[in-house]
Amino acid sequence: MSAKHVNPTRMELTRLKGKLAMAVRGHKLLKDKRDELMRQFLDLVRENKELREKVEAGIAAANQNFVLARSVMSDETLKVALMTPKQEVYLETETKNIMSVEVPVFHYKTRSSDANDIYSYGLAFTSGDLDDAVKSLADILPDMLRLAECEKSCQLMAAEIEKTRRRVNALEHVVIPETRQNIRYITMKLDENERSSQTRLMKVKDMMLESAHHYKEREEEIVPVVEEI
Amino acid sequence: MYRIAVMGDMDSIYGFAALGLDLFPMEDPADAGKKLRELAENDYAVIYLTEGLAEKIEAEIDRYKESDLPAIILIPGVSGNTGRGIMAVKKSVERAVGTDIIFNNQATRR
Repeated sequence: MSAKHVNPTRMELTRLKGKLAMAVRGHKLLKDKRDELMRQFLDLVRENKELREKVEAGIAAANQNFVLARSVMSDETLKVALMTPKQEVYLETETKNIMSVEVPVFHYKTRSSDANDIYSYGLAFTSGDLDDAVKSLADILPDMLRLAECEKSCQLMAAEIEKTRRRVNALEHVVIPETRQNIRYITMKLDENERSSQTRLMKVKDMMLESAHHYKEREEEIVPVVEEI
Repeated sequence: MYRIAVMGDMDSIYGFAALGLDLFPMEDPADAGKKLRELAENDYAVIYLTEGLAEKIEAEIDRYKESDLPAIILIPGVSGNTGRGIMAVKKSVERAVGTDIIFNNQATRR
């Protein structure tokens, strides 16, 4: 069944045995890695789902507030009010290692330390609804950043899990059975060779004894005597 | 030091300007794809993208799925939630587990 030809030699046999041991060990380790990755991934993805639902609801609410604000203000005033932001957000990124997957961790910093310093306009020409709208959006910003972190991690881990799973399957269903098959083939072949040389030796011994002692000729001499009796 | 970008149609995203995120109002998919690439190469760690726009430049987004930065995150626009964002999460579950085990009974929300 083995797809490619293997040399039935002792050296090859030793090599294959080493390969099998390695494959079995690698398979076990990768399987453990896959299981642990999966466990962490599922925790993360549940959090991701919750955050996403929260953020989507938050943005929808904020959008409603903005529509409300827009209905009582002219587009120009709105643009003027919003287009010169006072606040700026910066991100610092770090990476965290989850089972050899590098996932990002974001720390965000705002330009002014006061979290309430988000209104980039004077209060005289804008409606109160705009304040509410901006506030509602500012409130979900931390969740949005957490969502970004979480969702990116999920994507990266999903890719890693897929890769690990493929490796586990390749070892389990291809490499290990194939190596076992080859080892079996070589042992059988070696045994067969041994048996064949054994018989050959026995045969040669017979022939040598024959030429030394001439058993056959003697037998022929004896046989007629037996018949006479 | 990284920054945060928001892309999408103007009506959906102008509010984020007040928070100090960088706005990139885009309507045309070709421009948006180009801009996305440009932002990804510069110092943007997170790019929020409206679902409406994301639909049109899916190929560009998929390209960044496996690189560690930037994180491209879908957000609903003014026109409402299309369920695309949650679908992306679902897709990554399917990719990892082989089948969807988190969103069982709520297959496609509208």
